[in-house]
Amino acid sequence: MAEFTLKIRRYTPETGEAAYWQEYKVDLDGKRSVLDGILQAKDREDGSIGIRCSCRAAICGSCGVRINGRPALACHTHLDEAAKTAMGAGWNPPDQGQQTPAITVEPMGNFPVVKDLIVDMDAVHWKKIQRVTPWLIPAGEPPEREYIVPPESMIDVTQSMACIQCGACVSDCLSMEVDPLFIGPAALAKAYRFVGDPRDGKRYERLKDLSEDHHGIYDCTHCFNCIEACPKGVAPMSQIMRLRRIAGDDEQIVDRNNGHRHEMAFVKNIERNGLLHEADLLPDSYGGKFHPRAVPELLDSLPVVLRALQRGKVTPGKALRHSHKAPQDVKRIFKHVHDKTERYELNLYVTGYEDEEEAAGGGEGVPSSSPPERSPNV
Amino acid sequence: MPAHDVLIIGAGLAGQRAAIAAAGAGSSVAIMSKVHPVRSHSNAAAGGINAALNPDDSWESHAFDTVKGSDYLGDQDAIEIMCREAPGEVLWLEHHGVTFHRNPEGKLGTRAFGGASAARTYYIADITGQALLHVLYEQLMKHHETVDRYEEWFVTSLVQDEAGDCCGAIARNIRDGAMELFAAKSVILASGGAGQCFKPTTNALICTGDGIAQAYRIGAPLMDMEMIQYHPTTLAGNGILITEGARGEGAHLYNAEGERFMEKYAPNKLELASRDVVSRAEQTEINEGRGFPDGTVSLDITKVPRKRTLEALREIVNIGRDFAGVDITREPIHIRPGCHYIMGGIKTDVWGATSIPGLYAAGEVACVSVHGGNRLGANSLLDTLIFGRRSGEHAAHRARQMAMPSPSAASLKDERRAIDSIIAREHGGRRVSEIKDELGTMMNERCAVFRDEEGLVFAREMIQRLKEEAQTAWIDDRGTVFNQDVLGAIELGYMLDCAECIVVAALERRESRGAQFRLDYPQRDDDEWLKHIDLTMNGGGPEISYSDVTITKWEPVERTY
Repeated sequence: MAEFTLKIRRYTPETGEAAYWQEYKVDLDGKRSVLDGILQAKDREDGSIGIRCSCRAAICGSCGVRINGRPALACHTHLDEAAKTAMGAGWNPPDQGQQTPAITVEPMGNFPVVKDLIVDMDAVHWKKIQRVTPWLIPAGEPPEREYIVPPESMIDVTQSMACIQCGACVSDCLSMEVDPLFIGPAALAKAYRFVGDPRDGKRYERLKDLSEDHHGIYDCTHCFNCIEACPKGVAPMSQIMRLRRIAGDDEQIVDRNNGHRHEMAFVKNIERNGLLHEADLLPDSYGGKFHPRAVPELLDSLPVVLRALQRGKVTPGKALRHSHKAPQDVKRIFKHVHDKTERYELNLYVTGYEDEEEAAGGGEGVPSSSPPERSPNV
Repeated sequence: MPAHDVLIIGAGLAGQRAAIAAAGAGSSVAIMSKVHPVRSHSNAAAGGINAALNPDDSWESHAFDTVKGSDYLGDQDAIEIMCREAPGEVLWLEHHGVTFHRNPEGKLGTRAFGGASAARTYYIADITGQALLHVLYEQLMKHHETVDRYEEWFVTSLVQDEAGDCCGAIARNIRDGAMELFAAKSVILASGGAGQCFKPTTNALICTGDGIAQAYRIGAPLMDMEMIQYHPTTLAGNGILITEGARGEGAHLYNAEGERFMEKYAPNKLELASRDVVSRAEQTEINEGRGFPDGTVSLDITKVPRKRTLEALREIVNIGRDFAGVDITREPIHIRPGCHYIMGGIKTDVWGATSIPGLYAAGEVACVSVHGGNRLGANSLLDTLIFGRRSGEHAAHRARQMAMPSPSAASLKDERRAIDSIIAREHGGRRVSEIKDELGTMMNERCAVFRDEEGLVFAREMIQRLKEEAQTAWIDDRGTVFNQDVLGAIELGYMLDCAECIVVAALERRESRGAQFRLDYPQRDDDEWLKHIDLTMNGGGPEISYSDVTITKWEPVERTY
């Protein structure tokens, strides 16, 4: 047993008062969860602490919160780990004489707070899920028996089926912070579950819709926050990238957001330059400097360019004359990727860990000192 | 007053399936749950769903396995219906989007499961319940125009008209504390089990026996309440479940002496004997000193090829790592039997109808009885879906033939007053949480894998005392928005009623059958006890009566695995 301090963000809407912090001491083994800690405080000290929770085993998705500023399931975070992150590196457990730091627990971000740690999932999360037409739309009448589909396709969509709708990815989505209308990581991962399902008859329509939406798949900025946040290894950003690959490369959907062309320009830019050459990126995204589509975009960005020139961030020489020489290493990477006949699929269920052979068939349990990594994806 | 043809209470698999069926039959439907539907405990069913869908398999074989698994206490007419309709139900799920595992030909693939004579369990990795639940919720979102969802509403009581028919329910909107009376031509209870009466348990915190107690309180008989399933593989301490799928995939059980002890208890089926048999074997090993010091035996999943484990048992890889610090692909994990499922519940017919007109029940809350003395793994998902659908259809049919009732608002006032009085209680007696804790710990000691008269009498007396104490138990939260504290006090009342019925029935059944093992009556006694124990509320306590077990094809014989 060890003593931990939980510093919980409290908010009681009926009082009309602002949110505040309240500390609770709990007495539990460090391997017990932050949720166990909160429940102990609730049971022994203050039953009015509000938190949704049910399964205690990271399957129901109720207890999404921010722990030390990071989104997580409270039931899926050990107290001693949380205490470590609260203090930063170099923290010693209490039996070595160090005071445990307070673990902060607060409601998830990007959601309105209802009470204490309880947020309004309907107002954000479920509204966005509803946006992606979240049900299977089979083509035609179902067969007499089951649909015959490649076994891999079902394992493939299992990664997005593993989503428990906890909202942790939504909590820390940077794009959503800037654009609250962004469909967001959870709903787009849900969309992949249908796009990747060979039984669905509306694959093209779904992809077209999500590409054309200003707040759709091209609104993601690759910040990786959702991948870090997800307690189930769903890797929502990977699902978004797969939607883009299928939309742009396989279905040849050229969207009005210019998202696909921008991606192509970006890849080409790196292939040619090694490092991003910004001056080419914008015009190339619109088909080149003199393409009729590029002209208004370039004119639009003129004030930014002028300010950059004024502050010496760019010089006309650097911007216009550029040698386009990518290092050999970069070229080699591109060649390696281009030579692949199949696309890399970033899917935990398909590719996870399969490189290791020694345990197949299982000898008498070689004890391992380190359990598999958390979120081994990407 | 909101009024619907069919009001469904509970939004797990049984409730959602009932809603889809009733709406499909043309009823206006409301589905209500104290949690958001995808938080329901159906999530936790990991391993799969049984159906004799393979041409080499037969529903009769599935039915016989179920009858034998039930230790001949299951009603065979109901079991026949369930097993006959199972293949159609699995195909229905598949057609609506469930991403079932496929075999190399792209057809539905199966895994082996306990107590089954063929591999007939269909699955999605080890998240079958979750995948089913989320797909059904997709369908609810699709049918949002015909199914009204009341998410995060807590039912406090069922309402009856003068004739005693059930005609609605009173519920509290958890979001703002408002109380509302809902009128309905038919009410379906689908609110799950009562595992929280035990501590630890694999069951979620929401499994507090609400529906069982609500029906019992308005006079519906309960049946088979003594039959509590202890799952063979749960983590010590927190009770978290390790799916039977692990043994289905080939994992072995060992005692601390390295002996594969199931060879002694079930020489043919070994680890895949039915759950009551395996749990008893483990508990015997532990009690006789061949367990590990933490009161466990070990489950060795390293027997399963690692790639297969990572693909098909991903969730328990995570559970092992996060909740026990063990990499199950490389080392054995310590497990022990833990409270998991209640075979008993509200007595219903094969359409989910209870003895109260207008009141239906389906899923774990109900007792049809298809599980009898012991439920087979992967039959619970099937039970929820088959009898969820059937009760939805039947409730819709009933609704078509009658006018909308108009229940009296007086009961709403009473309920409001009762809740206000809990909130206003003085801090004098005990905390609600203390009583719940004491109840759960005691039940897990006295009413577990092995039972005897002394322990059960002790349990019954303690429950009487706890019921008294609960009358004055106090809470902290005085608010209206998300007052979970006051809901906890109401749930405690539900749990105490359930626990009392469990103990009374266990004490009454003076034999050993299925999950009920009486140290003082260690034999099965078909002459005396091949019958259900029914409990009806009378003057605050349960009154005992008996009903016959329906036998169609399979006469009871000795049960070995």
